[in-house]
Amino acid sequence: MGIFKPEVECASRDEMKALQTERLKKMVKNAYENVPFYKQKLDEAGVSPDDIQSIDDIVKLPFTLKTDLRDNFPYGLFAVPNSELVRIHASSGTTGKQTVVGYTKNDIDVWSESAARAIVATGGSKDDIVHISYGYGLFTGGLGLHYGAEYLGATAIPVSTGNTARQLQIFQDFGSTVLCCTPSYALYLGEYRRDNNIPLESLKLRAGIFGAEPWTDEMRKQIEALLGIEAYDIYGLSEIAGPGVSFDCECHNGMHVNEDYFYPEVIDPETLEPLPDGEIGELVFTCIGKEALPLVRYRTRDLCSLNHEKCACGRTTVRMSKPVGRSDDMLIIRGVNVFPSQIEHVLLQEGMQPNYLITVDRVNNLDTLTVDVEMNLDTFSDTVKDLEKAKKKLEAAMQSTLNVHASIRFVEYGTLPRSEGKAKRVIDKRKIK
Amino acid sequence: MYIKQLSVFVENKDGRLAEITTIIANAGIDIRALSIADTTDFGILRLVVDKPYEAEKALKDAGLTVSLTDVIAVGIPDRPGGFAETISSVADKDVGVEYMYAFISRDHDRAYLIMRVADNEKAISALKSHGCDILDGDSVYKL
Repeated sequence: MGIFKPEVECASRDEMKALQTERLKKMVKNAYENVPFYKQKLDEAGVSPDDIQSIDDIVKLPFTLKTDLRDNFPYGLFAVPNSELVRIHASSGTTGKQTVVGYTKNDIDVWSESAARAIVATGGSKDDIVHISYGYGLFTGGLGLHYGAEYLGATAIPVSTGNTARQLQIFQDFGSTVLCCTPSYALYLGEYRRDNNIPLESLKLRAGIFGAEPWTDEMRKQIEALLGIEAYDIYGLSEIAGPGVSFDCECHNGMHVNEDYFYPEVIDPETLEPLPDGEIGELVFTCIGKEALPLVRYRTRDLCSLNHEKCACGRTTVRMSKPVGRSDDMLIIRGVNVFPSQIEHVLLQEGMQPNYLITVDRVNNLDTLTVDVEMNLDTFSDTVKDLEKAKKKLEAAMQSTLNVHASIRFVEYGTLPRSEGKAKRVIDKRKIK
Repeated sequence: MYIKQLSVFVENKDGRLAEITTIIANAGIDIRALSIADTTDFGILRLVVDKPYEAEKALKDAGLTVSLTDVIAVGIPDRPGGFAETISSVADKDVGVEYMYAFISRDHDRAYLIMRVADNEKAISALKSHGCDILDGDSVYKL
């Protein structure tokens, strides 16, 4: 399989460290001088940009949290004026307020190159026809792979999500060779192909790049069989760039982090101390290659481990394991970030008790979200009509805050965990892992 | 003019109805009439009992969501057409019925309707002009 940028992806540890050191110094200086938030944070921590002489000095720097992005909504953490920005993306935040990410022209190049490396790792080249069925929009999935394909010189087909019959038709008519979408949608496309007797021989697909939601090895095998492809994992988050922060190679033994742009650390989420290779902790990224949003030690809340051993594919870049969970309670429902606190917020707003139980499941390969809510005297009525109306009203309020449908199920008062203490409020029935 | 009906929120769970009615039984309460409205996830148990306030307290003490609803109790002749004629008199005045249920009495020629309507006053005047017997609480609770 090919390697897009071997001088970086196969660099020695010393070469990589030298590159990272140079970029970290530049990036910290940029953050300190152009983002008042970081100037204050570094001053408070007693660290000056001059104290950063090597990539190893990164541990002296303070962490950045998702709430910092929210508190500085929308542009407060940007290090460049609007005139330098060429793109904005956004993802949902903890209280319904979005996390806004800006990109300079150079940032888009960094991200596009990262996504291009992921496509090349599947055996991709300029000859590929990359079929993108991620959503296009504020979500980074669609445009991320799109720009990656173009950066590589491959042909991008911006199909976006939905209309499954048309997706299959485009596979056949346009000869798509690489499919990019969420794994659950890939499975759905595969089942649709099978159920409609569309022969595998009529498709030219050879690989799929799937991410934005957790998936199992079993799902990988099913997708591979149903679409006749080899499936590759991709990882990313909009705060850092989007898909392409790390990616699977043909060894399928951890995702290679584009660490020359996104420097990863794994820390103990309690002590905040860095953890050695192989130990699972919270993944932290520093955007050493980015200009507009130079996030310093951004805590992703994803739990995984790192591995610096050289990979059999030839790459020397550090690999991260598939995230095994979250150090906060964020749920990813059909690619949308959902926090239980958002659900609590809606319930209070609608005059309900903040007692609830969230059940996440996967039905016909689509994530479903059900929220059990306790009936109370204010909401209760002796007519079914009124209760159905109350349910619809709550569902509409949930939809507008969460951006994903939640089914409300009324349960008897007193049957759900109370708001005090460490109540178990989430049951995730999706069999991931 | 109205009688008190207990409306109880019940989750669709095996045995739940038995548990709830046992609470009333243990409080020495006698059920006169009942009906259940059911949906996929929950039901509403509607009860007319001899001692509605005591029943309400017993159910509330057990942690249930219960409310007292004003409904109309109508005595009608127990013969073919008895119900149709009565309900027609209400329908003719454009009064919508939210729900209703019926039971027969120990007197062989008499039946009762419990009705929850959109407009109580209009419904009662329609029923009265049709010659129906509107029962008050005490006479229903003691049935």
